[in-house]
This record gives sequence, structure tokens and C-alpha cells, in this order.
Amino acid sequence: MNLLSSPFTRQSLKTHELMRMVILCCIPGILVQAYFFGYGNLIQIALAAATCWGTEAIIMIMRNRPALRITGDHSALLTGVLLGIAVPPFLPWWMTVIAAVFAIGVVKHLYGGLGNNLFNPAMAGYVLLLISFPVAMTSWQPVAALSQHPVGVWDSLQLVFTGFSADGFSLQQVRMTIDGIAAATPLDTVKTDLHQGLTLDESMLKPVFGSFAGAGWEWINLAFLLGGLYLIYRRVTSWAIPGGMLISLFVCSAIGFAFSPDGTASPLLHLFSGATMLGAFFIATDPVSACTTVRGRWIFGALIGLLVYVIRTWGGYPDGVAFAVLLANMCVVLIDHYSKPRTYGHKEAR
Amino acid sequence: MMKQLAEISWQGLWKNNPAMVQLLGLCPLLAVSSTVINGLGLGIATTLVLLGSNVTVSLVRQWIPKEIRIPVFVMIIAAFVTAIQLLMNAYTYDLYLALGIFIPLIVTNCAIIGRAEAFASKNPVVPAAVDGFMMGLGFTLVLVTIGAIRELLGQGTLLSGSDSLFGPVATSWTIELFAYDNEFLIALLPPGAFLVMGFIIALKNIIDSAAQERAKKSQPAAKIERVRVSGAAE
Repeated sequence: MNLLSSPFTRQSLKTHELMRMVILCCIPGILVQAYFFGYGNLIQIALAAATCWGTEAIIMIMRNRPALRITGDHSALLTGVLLGIAVPPFLPWWMTVIAAVFAIGVVKHLYGGLGNNLFNPAMAGYVLLLISFPVAMTSWQPVAALSQHPVGVWDSLQLVFTGFSADGFSLQQVRMTIDGIAAATPLDTVKTDLHQGLTLDESMLKPVFGSFAGAGWEWINLAFLLGGLYLIYRRVTSWAIPGGMLISLFVCSAIGFAFSPDGTASPLLHLFSGATMLGAFFIATDPVSACTTVRGRWIFGALIGLLVYVIRTWGGYPDGVAFAVLLANMCVVLIDHYSKPRTYGHKEAR
Repeated sequence: MMKQLAEISWQGLWKNNPAMVQLLGLCPLLAVSSTVINGLGLGIATTLVLLGSNVTVSLVRQWIPKEIRIPVFVMIIAAFVTAIQLLMNAYTYDLYLALGIFIPLIVTNCAIIGRAEAFASKNPVVPAAVDGFMMGLGFTLVLVTIGAIRELLGQGTLLSGSDSLFGPVATSWTIELFAYDNEFLIALLPPGAFLVMGFIIALKNIIDSAAQERAKKSQPAAKIERVRVSGAAE
């Protein structure tokens, strides 16, 4: 039997180990996404990660910092990976490059580099694209099983770099489903259908939906949930932010669903569609731009969940994780100020 | 006299530029600088108002009681803005429609009341007129620069819609540098204006600090004279 005696030291992970762990935990989600949506996202991830890393290195040289040592912390790689996961698989390559350069150059380094950025770089890059190129950024193709023109590796590369597949199909043709309708994402479909007066049950009969949420999307979300749970198990992130976000999104959508079961998306659909799980475990938990106090993190997460629900239900965009994270980033200083823990031996400040 | 006027001009164009340094009048600056012509139009209108209000305030400065000077300034400015608005409505109707609410909002441009309060109410007519014109010119230059950058990034053109300001002669002035399949919308939307503005201010600071560095180098180092303190007493 091993007896341990005090003092206990806790081994905390260094920045590069932490970032590497987060990247590794993304892998199940990335693989499931590649299984359903083809090789596009793998290309995007490679492209975004390489651009982020290169931009970081160049800026470090411009700022007279040791470029190799600092880019070795993998934080730029993580930004690139998250950006690559978030964008549509066959986005033209130069859009991904613009977003990656903006994320690292403007959002991260103009504020002073790692540890000083107010906003989540990956999401700021994503939002830059979403505002600039709304059509391209919402052009997801249907899951591979529903697609009229299956796309291989070579086709994917051609689509990303030239806009046409090897057989000469354009992106819009590739997006056709078997029944000849351009595909929309599940969240988009629900939004349009509810707007047109269909009930949720009628909308859910469409082929873009799977057994309980969007076809394919439900498994992607489950895979990210799995990776996220491992992150929490290894204490890389805490419960507070993902817990706050998922509970708040569930409560909001449950209230909406209880009042209008036909007119709003179900809680299950909200939790397992779009970028919910990716956002909760990998994006909102960015240690730099999120809250630092425990109570603050619950509030921060809950605020993101509420905003995601509001944007998805009443906003102009089908998904709202990126906007919600950026809006919550703005509130971080305020939340941290009012959620400071009481110091032992001191009275609560009045 | 000439030296003073040159100093006033330099203040307005660069050192104390209303847009880049005082950061006044940001609302119209960011809202209408989506193209060169919009920026130029609003810049000219603002310059004319600034010139008129500075001259008038300077002329009547002895008779304005200190306590009610602000309302008086606002009324003078509002009169000029109304005149400009009617002129634009008559002669450049398309531009008048494009700028919309931001023409009457020139009244609230802090740069104008700021110059009336800080300069025109304390100085004679000629310096006040030069100050108003140069401040307006500085504002216009920044507007046009931001407009050019945003127009180029956003739609790949320069001087689009120039007929709305210069009449039908100018229809062919539009330069299309490159064609986009999809417009780079963020440059045309307000967030793009904030980003471009930030970069312009940063550029100005770089130029200023480089100039300071050069000035420091060209100045000979001050000579240090030592007083002998040891060995003086015998």
C-alpha cells in the first residue's frame, strides 16, 4: 500500500501540452466529420493550420521574438484546426487563408499575442468570412450518403482550389441531393420550414434529418462530446463553461418547446446540431478569451447558450455559436469583475 | 502671420487631425466612407460648414455671452448645414439620397462645434477661416482615404458613382481595378470601417514615431560639463 503524505504538488500541464491535448481530442470529431462530409474538411484544416502557423511565425519575426520557440506552443495550430473544422468543406481556399491570417494577425497579435487577445481568434476569423461571404459560408453539401455526385480526394482538392470538381461539376451541382434539391443544413432547413408554416414533425421527415437530429451532424456532435468529456476527465478544461452553455441551451429550448412544440426546434435538435458540442467543449473554453473565475465561467457559458438559442431562433443566420462566443467575449471583463471570489478573511465587498 | 497660418494648416492636416487624432465626427466618418465619392461628398459638405461656422463665430465672438455660447454656436452651425443640405438637394440629388440622414447629422459633428469653441471663439477672422478650412480638409482627406481603401477591398473599383457628385460628365470616371465574383462585404459594412480606421491611425503613429526618432538622431547630444570638485581645496 502506498501512503502519501503532504505536501502534495499538483502537476499542471504546460501550454504546449495543453494545446496539443485539445487538438488530439478534436480528432474523433474530425474523423466522423470526414466520414460524413468527405475529405473537404481535412483539406481545410491542413490549409488553415498551416496558414495560422506561418502567420504566427512571420509576425513573431516582425516583433523580434524567438519565432520557433513561441510557435512551438501549438496555440496557432489549434486556432487553425478549429477554423478548419468550422468552415464548409469546399470553401474556396483563399477565403480560408484570409480568415486564418485575420485570426492570427489582427485578432491575436494586434492585441499582444497569446494571452492578451480579447476575442477568440478562430471564431473572429470565421465571423469575418460569414459576414463577407454569406453564400459561400453557408454552402454545406449534403452528407455523402445523400449526395448525387460523390466526391473523392482528387475532386475535393479541385473543388477547394479551383471551384470545380475533376468531372467539371461546380460546387452548387455537387451540393445537389439525390432528389435534385440543393442541400441545406438541418438547422437551416428547420428554420426555413418553420418560417413557411410547416410543423416541426413535418420538417423532420426530410432526408437531411437522422434519427434524432441532423443526419451525420448528430454523430459529429456526439464525437465532439466524447472528445470534450475526455478533456474534462484529464482536467484540461473545467465543467463550468461547457456545462453552463449546454444547460442554458437546453433550458431555453425546452421552455420554447414546451410552449410551442410545433413551432420551435426541439432541445435534442439544438444540442446535437450545428456547432453546439464543438462550441461548448473546444471553442468557448479557450482559456484566454473566456472568464477566469469559476462562477464567472458558469455565467459565461450560460450567456453563450442563451445567445445561441436566440440567434438560431430569431436571428438571420442558421447557426449562432460563433456570434454568441464573440458577444460573450465582450462581457468577460464585466462578468469577471462581478464574480470575483471572496478572499478568505475578508468581507464581501458591498 | 504666414508662419502662424502655416502652423494652423499643419495642425489641421496632420498633427491635430480631427479624424485621426481628435477622433471626432466618427459616426459620419464610419457610416458614409464606403466609397470614395460618398466620402468626398460628405467631406466637402463638412468643410463648407466648418469654414462658414468658424468665420461667423469669429465675427460675432465679442457679442456672445459666455453662458449661452453653446446654443448660439449650434444654431449658427445648423443654419449652415441647412443651407448645404438644400444646395445638395438641388444640385447633387443622387448624392443627397446616398448620404441620407448623415447630411443633417453634420450638425452633431463634434469636430465642428469643437473648432468653434476651441479656436474660432478666441481668434480673429483670418486665422479662424484658415483653421476651419484646414480642419475640414484634414477630415476630408481621411474620409477619402478610408473610402478608397474600403471601395477597393469591397468591390474592386475606385470613384464608382462619381456622376452623382460631378454630373453626367463623370460617368466614365469609374476605375475598375479587378472584378470580384463575390463582394468582400465586410469592407463595405461598418466593421470594415472600424478596421481600416484603426490601421490608418496605426500608420500615422508609425510615421510620427519614426520622425521623432530621426529628429532625435540629427540633434547633437547635449554636452555634459563637469565641474571639478576634487582636488580644488588646497
